[in-house]
This record gives sequence, structure tokens and C-alpha cells, in this order.
Amino acid sequence: MSQIICRDLAIGYEGKTVVQNINLSVKKGDYLCVIGENGAGKSTFMKTLLGLLPPVSGKIEFHDGLKKNEIGYLPQQTEVQKDFPASVREIVLSGCQNHLGFWPFYRTKEKKYAEDMMKKLQITHLSKRCYRELSGGQQQRVLLARALCATRKILLLDEPVSGLDPQMTEEMYRLIEKINREDKITIIMISHDIRGTMEYASHILQIGQEVIFESKENYLRAHTKRRTLENTGGEK
Amino acid sequence: MIEKLIFYMGYPFVRYALIVGILIALCSSLLGVTLVLKRFSFIGDGLSHVAFGAMAVASVLNITNNMLFILPVTVVCAILLLRTGKNTKIKGDAAIAMISVGALAIGYLLMNVFATGPNLSGDVCTTLFGSTSILTLKIEQVWLCVVLSVVVVVLFIVFYHKIFCVTFDETFAKATGIRADRYNLLIAVITALIIVLAMNLVGSLLISALVIFPALSAMRIFKTFFSVTVCSVVLSVCCAISGMLLSILAGTPVGSTIVAADIVAFLICCMIEKIAGGK
Repeated sequence: MSQIICRDLAIGYEGKTVVQNINLSVKKGDYLCVIGENGAGKSTFMKTLLGLLPPVSGKIEFHDGLKKNEIGYLPQQTEVQKDFPASVREIVLSGCQNHLGFWPFYRTKEKKYAEDMMKKLQITHLSKRCYRELSGGQQQRVLLARALCATRKILLLDEPVSGLDPQMTEEMYRLIEKINREDKITIIMISHDIRGTMEYASHILQIGQEVIFESKENYLRAHTKRRTLENTGGEK
Repeated sequence: MIEKLIFYMGYPFVRYALIVGILIALCSSLLGVTLVLKRFSFIGDGLSHVAFGAMAVASVLNITNNMLFILPVTVVCAILLLRTGKNTKIKGDAAIAMISVGALAIGYLLMNVFATGPNLSGDVCTTLFGSTSILTLKIEQVWLCVVLSVVVVVLFIVFYHKIFCVTFDETFAKATGIRADRYNLLIAVITALIIVLAMNLVGSLLISALVIFPALSAMRIFKTFFSVTVCSVVLSVCCAISGMLLSILAGTPVGSTIVAADIVAFLICCMIEKIAGGK
């Protein structure tokens, strides 16, 4: 059953449309990659999905009992975070915040969950370290652990591997794939890295002048066909 | 010297001043970390000018307990500043500059036109730099201060984790279903409370120092949000006590002596960071 369905969705800022005609449905356990050129509207799409921006027109429907506090999000790093004095544990725990409701403090349940997530992402040994002193890859893992604390069902990632070296990138992809496969958490990921995207994704959403939503196999087939057409067209 | 201190402690107004000073130092440093990290320090500065303007209006209107007038005005302005600050960055900055400088100018103008006392520049100086007003506190004002401080501390403890969440990553908080706007509003209201409180101690021009210095000093040395918060509270209270005692002994203005103590603490913290980092 579908978790998220977009119908004739148009997205943009302040009423100005950036991308239109987005139609897609995401099922539980899918791995959707959002690709497109810089400034095409990938981040706008994600922010609209998260409810940070209102859709210009069209509809986003949440099905399968998906609630607002069941979405995890790995945003791009902000300027503030670069010199923020906070320990890894404090940050990961803050992901559980949306399950507290009005209760002001973390309970044993949340603390245990945060511990488990740190273990899963192999950052338990860092838990007392200061976030700003970690390497880029470690910081991303901390933010991923926080996102996992916030979600049980769906995870949105905004360029999780930008600025990481190839080895870290590979590790990050493996972690995300593991989360997708083992915990059946739906992944929606923005990426610039086409190679990594094609390796792990189950579905592709291409955002640009033309919006394409296909399963990876169909997308690749169509893509090769298009390219051959272009190439033969070039030769003539 | 000790004798002199004990002699001064005999007076109730000195004891009041110490109690109020410690409470204000405690409250103002609590939110400092959040304000600095959220790049909200300028809101504190703007609000202090608003509080000055409100105080001028209150004295012109001859309101006996001027806190009851200044407090709501400052809180409303805090909410307004936060609202405008959200749209775009430049607009927000400009709005704050406009409101704060405007309030300052209007406040001075009102005090000049409707001069109540013979020593106008002295009055203005007192409101801006605190000077001796802390030594003339009445028992009601002390109680008001105690109540407000308790409110601030309780609010801060109850919402500590939520404030952390919103400070560290507002986008994430919003995306995962936390009402970040509400907590921003809460932060602004608490800031307004603190500023009105602190006006008694250091005067409206020096409040920002009380909010920002302890947080910045603590951030030099400590690495977790919790330890930074605790450290900045301890530092702030220590600086306030030593500043007040010094000003009693040396006869210097209270507000600026406290701020000077904060600056010294900041420099010491910077040195500690250098030494620890150099290892």
C-alpha cells in the first residue's frame, strides 16, 4: 500500500511554480532517488513533502497511517551547526523529541532507542564527543542516527553524501541500504551522485523541465533508448 | 575590607541588591547560549532599547510601578520582532534596527519634553547604564524580581530539551512535527522577561553584555550544550557577585563593573582555550 501519493503536484516558493506535474506514489520499503540539475527544485520538493513549504497546487496524500511525527529527515548541514557545542548523545536524543508530546523530559524508552540507533550506526564510542570536532562522515552518521530516532516508517535525505570522501560515501550508502532492507524504512533521497543512486534505488524521480517517475529498471531502459536516439541523431 | 563589607551588609538595600543581582545574572545567562547560537543576540539588543523607550513613556505617564508597563510592551515587541524577522533576513535586521533606534530616540525625546526631574541627563544615564538604581529597590520590586526569575528558570527547565532541539536544527524540528514557531515565540518572550528584569541591574544599554558574555565564555571551554549552559550560569553569577562587591567597595557604577567582570572572565576563558588547545 502506498504511503505517499502526489497528484498533479506543483511546487515552488511564494506562489511561483518551480516544478509542476509531479505524480508519484511511494510504497512502504521503496527506495526513491530524486535526481535533477542544480536549482531544478529537488530540495523544494523535499521541503514540500515535509510540510515546510505549502504546495503551489495539487495534493500530497499520506496513507497507510503515516503521521507527521513518523517522518525522519536528514537535512543539509547548516551554518549554525558548525560551531554548535553539543555532544553526540544530546543530538541523537533530540531526534526523539517528536515522540514526547508535551512531556518535557526524555524517558527510559527514548534513551534506550537513541542508544540502539547509535549502536546501529557504530557511533556509540563517540557519544560523549563534541559534534563540531567530528569528521564530516561521522557528523553525517550522527545526523542519520537522529533522523532514525524521529522515524519508524520513512526517511528523507537531502544529499547525504555531499562533501564526503569516496570511502565515507560508500559506507553511508551501505548504512542507508541496510536501514531500507532490514527495517523496511522507506527512503526518499536527493543525490548528485548518479552512480550511487543507480546502484541502490528502486525508483527514480527526475525533476526538471520534464518530470519522470519510474522504477529504476524502466528509467534505465528509457534512458539508454533516449541516449542512443540522441547519439544517432548527433551522427547524422 | 571585610569589615567594610560586613558593615554594608547590615543595610537591607545592599542585601536586596545582592539577591536581585544574583537572580538576574542567573536568568540572563540561561538563554544566552540559545540566543548566541540562533543568531538572536541582536534581538536582545533591540529589545533593550524598546524597554528604555517604554520606561521613558512610563515615567512621563507617572506610572508608579513602571515594571507593569514595560513588561507587556517589551513582550509584544519581542513577538513582533520575531514575526518580521522570519520573512527575509535583511528585512528582519532592518526592522530590528528601526524599532530599537526608534524606541531609543522617542524615549529620550519624551523624557526631554516632559522632564519630570531637575536632573534629566542624570535620569537618562541611570536608565541607560543602571548606575545606582539597584540600590534603591523597594521590597515589592525585589519580590517581583524573585517571581519573574522563578518563572524564567522553571520555563527554561521544562522546555530545555525542546529549546535545544529548536536551537540546533529548526528545519529538522519543523519537519518532524515539532511546533518550532511556538518555541521560538517562547524564547522571545523569555528574552523579553529577562531584559526587563536586567534593566534594573545594568541598565538598558548593557543588558546584551549580561546575556552574551557568559555564554560566549562558556563556549570557549565546554563542548556539550548542557555543560555550556551550566558553566555560563555559574560564570554569570560569580561575575555578578564579584562585580557588585567591587562596586560597593570601590564606589564604581554597578552595571559597568559587572560587565567589566564578565569581560575579564571571557578573556580568561579564551586563554584557557588557547592553553588547552596548544597541548
